[in-house]
Amino acid sequence: MGFVDWVSRLDRRWIFLTMGLLVLGPLLHPLALPIHVTPPVRGFVTAVDAVPKGSTVLMSCDYDPASIPEMVPMTRTAFRHLMSRDCHVVVTCLWAGGAGLVDSIITEVAREFPGKTYGVDWVNLGYKAGNEAVMVVLGQGISNAFPRDYWGHDVKSLPMMSSVRDYSSFPLLVNISAGYPGTKEWVQQVQGRFHLKMVAGVTAVSAPEYYPYLQSGQLQGLLGGMAGAAEYEVARGEKGSATRGMDGQSLGHLFVALCIIMGNVVARVQKKKER
Amino acid sequence: MHLSHDLGVWVAAALTLFIFSFLYKDNPLYKFAEHLFVGVSAGYLMIQSYWTVIDSNLVRPLGQAARGTGSHAELHGAFAAQQGDYRAWLIIPAIFGVLLFTRLIPRISWMSRIALALIIGVYAGIKTTGFAQGDFVAQVQGSLQPLWKAGDLLYSVNAILFTVGLITSLLFFFFSREHKGALGVASRVGVWFLMVGFGAGYGYTVMSRISLLIGRFQFLLETWLGFAAR
Repeated sequence: MGFVDWVSRLDRRWIFLTMGLLVLGPLLHPLALPIHVTPPVRGFVTAVDAVPKGSTVLMSCDYDPASIPEMVPMTRTAFRHLMSRDCHVVVTCLWAGGAGLVDSIITEVAREFPGKTYGVDWVNLGYKAGNEAVMVVLGQGISNAFPRDYWGHDVKSLPMMSSVRDYSSFPLLVNISAGYPGTKEWVQQVQGRFHLKMVAGVTAVSAPEYYPYLQSGQLQGLLGGMAGAAEYEVARGEKGSATRGMDGQSLGHLFVALCIIMGNVVARVQKKKER
Repeated sequence: MHLSHDLGVWVAAALTLFIFSFLYKDNPLYKFAEHLFVGVSAGYLMIQSYWTVIDSNLVRPLGQAARGTGSHAELHGAFAAQQGDYRAWLIIPAIFGVLLFTRLIPRISWMSRIALALIIGVYAGIKTTGFAQGDFVAQVQGSLQPLWKAGDLLYSVNAILFTVGLITSLLFFFFSREHKGALGVASRVGVWFLMVGFGAGYGYTVMSRISLLIGRFQFLLETWLGFAAR
């Protein structure tokens, strides 16, 4: 049996095992492959840095636990970035499965800032059903859409919210999104309509859809998948879970590329044999 | 290595391994984890929706309205509404919500169409205007760029490539004439640009899927088995 026959009859479970080992190995013994900060990520960092200290920023975290590896590192770094700039952060979530997850992440990061208090420096408004309708209603007043926060407090009773009316209260919208409703809808309903500056962190699978928004200036910066999250961590001088995962990511990609090349070679040789 | 003492982490680790076991072959442990996930997700979403939407946006404001108050303290009266404080008028959307459930009773199921018509109408309006503003106009505007910028060769090459790619890709989807001659050449060039786009999309999809695997491995290694993050 030649190499071509061996490859064509290879049990796909060997491919799963190889991929697993290639991803697992660098987590135990990191290779420290270089990570360079690309212009879309630099745009994200610059846009957040450009927000005047003490401003109130809207951060919508639209994802659920299925996208933890990509979305959570972005949320952590972005929230930490905003808090370190003394910004007040209003957090919302348009995915029902994500509200608890998002709350646990921002609470964990907020603990790194002992002087910051809930209701004064950040507010988690939690989940609201309605997708685009929620975005439109937020434009008529934040408390119209979210009369109560994630913990059931009356939103108007929270000190930070006394100066927050609608989108005009925010100099920037930070959206971390895994799909619908997410970045596309925020651009269509809010950025386009209310001319609010916006940056986004998205899953890799959806990232190609959002590059046109970046090129047209509708987005000031874009984090695409785990690579984007890792670049953001590097730009901020952090070593989070995305940075640690990138070695395995790179080896995994090399293996997929190798499989594609081998698959094409085998298919071509077999076609020739059939002739 | 410091094994986790958290029962929740052990349950999550076991369920992760059950799901991974499908890679070898389908088995009862995988089925168990799959069914558990569907059931827990459905229950969680229902409870979440009740407490964050029905309770906070309907039940509590209606309760306040019954007492003649609302979120605007200066107004008194069950129907003294203004924007953002709809008081007893919230009965109307509540009725529309209840109408959706008439689908469960065949004799009056037609009534659910009234609520559905409202939902479809509102969302069609919101989506259309949003698309026109956010996508159509802004993207056409973004596509109009100078092809040549003196002293910036990289920008010029990028702008020319972008414009050629945009026009030829659009021509590929022009089906009113047979793709022969100049149109044939242009559409073939367009196919190449589309292929590059699909390739980039595939690469990003691979990255997303590998990220999920990395996330699970990080959980197993760092959170469950307690290997120090390196």
